[in-house]
Amino acid sequence: MTGARAPIVSLRDVRRDYALGAERVHALQGVSLEVERGDYVAIVGPSGCGKSTLLNLIGVIDQPTSGTVAIAGKQVDAMSDREATSFRLHNIGFVFQRFYLMPILTALENVALPMAEAKVARDERNARAAELLAYVGLGSRERHRPAELSGGEQQRVAIARALANHPALLLADEPTGELDARTGTEIISLFQRLNSDGTTIVVVTHDEDLANAARHKVHMRDGRIVDA
Amino acid sequence: MRATLAQASLIRHRARTMLAVLGVAVATAMLLDMVMLATGMRESFRELLLSRGFDIRLAPKGTLPFDTDATIPGVGAIMTVLRTSPDVREISPVLGGAILIQVGSRDISAAVLGVDPTVQGDYEFVSGRDITAPDAIVANEYLIERLGARFGDTLSVAAGYDPQTRAFSGQRKLVLTGKVRFIYGAAEQSAAAVRRETLEALGGGARRDRASLFMVRVRKGANPDSVRSWILSRIPNVSVISVATAIAEVDQRLSYFRQLAFILGSVSLFVGFLLVTTLVTVSVNERAGEIAVMRAIGVSRMHVVQQIVIEGVAISLVGAIVGLGLGLITARYLNSILSAFPGLPMAIDFFLFQPRAAWSALGLLVGSGILAGVYPAWRAASLPIAESLRREAIA
Repeated sequence: MTGARAPIVSLRDVRRDYALGAERVHALQGVSLEVERGDYVAIVGPSGCGKSTLLNLIGVIDQPTSGTVAIAGKQVDAMSDREATSFRLHNIGFVFQRFYLMPILTALENVALPMAEAKVARDERNARAAELLAYVGLGSRERHRPAELSGGEQQRVAIARALANHPALLLADEPTGELDARTGTEIISLFQRLNSDGTTIVVVTHDEDLANAARHKVHMRDGRIVDA
Repeated sequence: MRATLAQASLIRHRARTMLAVLGVAVATAMLLDMVMLATGMRESFRELLLSRGFDIRLAPKGTLPFDTDATIPGVGAIMTVLRTSPDVREISPVLGGAILIQVGSRDISAAVLGVDPTVQGDYEFVSGRDITAPDAIVANEYLIERLGARFGDTLSVAAGYDPQTRAFSGQRKLVLTGKVRFIYGAAEQSAAAVRRETLEALGGGARRDRASLFMVRVRKGANPDSVRSWILSRIPNVSVISVATAIAEVDQRLSYFRQLAFILGSVSLFVGFLLVTTLVTVSVNERAGEIAVMRAIGVSRMHVVQQIVIEGVAISLVGAIVGLGLGLITARYLNSILSAFPGLPMAIDFFLFQPRAAWSALGLLVGSGILAGVYPAWRAASLPIAESLRREAIA
């Protein structure tokens, strides 16, 4: 995963501890990882091994107990909430297992939401949202609300939303976990197409097909990377 | 987009939103009514006192005007003293009393005022002719109806009746010349007015050169309270009341009323505040995952808070507007009940609508709506994103 070019993700000796009652949980124990631009990495491992914690740190929605995290050349491990929010808005796209679309907004409005937050003009964001929906194969479903879409369609809207602000990095946490096999395959194909179009993807998954579709796999166990 | 999200969120739970709006509307109506009640009587009384342009009233020592049957002796002497002040423009001495009017075998009792029709401030002329002649009498509609009389009818009027001798005292024939509306008159009160000298003559020697009240108009630009002090220094055996002192007196007498209104108004405001806080808190807790996702995709904490606060404000604002209408309807209804209370001037309103009071109530409600939304919104937007997402996934 490392090469001559500057990595888009760089973690050095990262630890993340949680307090669970009186107990201290060591979710990550000295993880170091680099992901290059344009790469497609799948993080795999048993439940509770720290995959999602690692993804949260890469996504700047959590901070390490120790160690350094740099994304797109910027050190993000000690950012203020405001800095981290702005960084996520402009650099990171998130895809969640449960889609988490705003049920009250249409597909187009859901995709346009991060652009509205980034103060993109209404016409421009609507045009881009329509373009992204067309890219994920939902050009005809712009005005539909999430409840009117199938699981696979909802996940594709979520992927379009994640791409709204031209992120440097797309992160996905079990993106096929709620989908049937056929729909999951569609999402895997979409990720491959995205990656071949230049999007850097890091995905956490238990889905072997999805993991196998990635260019690289990172195996984790007990808060450590055991094979990369 | 924040307003769209807030609107959509409220529409998503229509029934809950409607109930919350209704609750806020009831709280607003109550708050508005209490604000109107707290200031209404005072303002209504002030308007009543100022309506005829008299700034000062002289009453028998230790009483309010027409509080008792007491009278002030020496009307001529008092008028002479008052006229020496360059700030006194007009003086209207008023003698109050009661009369009996014989209609067939019936005697109808009525309150009567003896006034000078050219400077009087007690009634508004409605129809017919004023009391230009010594044998003229004007009456309010209620009395005219009871008498079944018409303008030009001669009435047999007496100042009293002695049951021992079975004879009327101070009997006189008076001609009904006009219909008037008494400014300080109560509903369903029989009232009439004659010239002051006519009422003095009816009362015999005991009422001669006496007045129940003097009303004084001051010169434009003069300070009524300075004139009041001047009168007190010259005529010490009377109570001198300016509009300001009369209002202060009324204020004192109505203080329990105002306190009650203040307490009930505060309770309504607090109930409205709790209602919006509860609703927003429930709504925010339900959407913890949604809020965490918004934060994860880059929506700032402030924007999340703003969206939730907009929801609280929208509920408060719509509820307050509905409540204003509801409050006005209930105030009108309650006013009609309270105004019918015996002995109260018809012109007194318990609930007086004042735009400032309405805006204050609206402002308080919307302000409480903002406060009610801020805390749960800030709490929700400040939860650790990763932790919220993890909990949401487990849930």
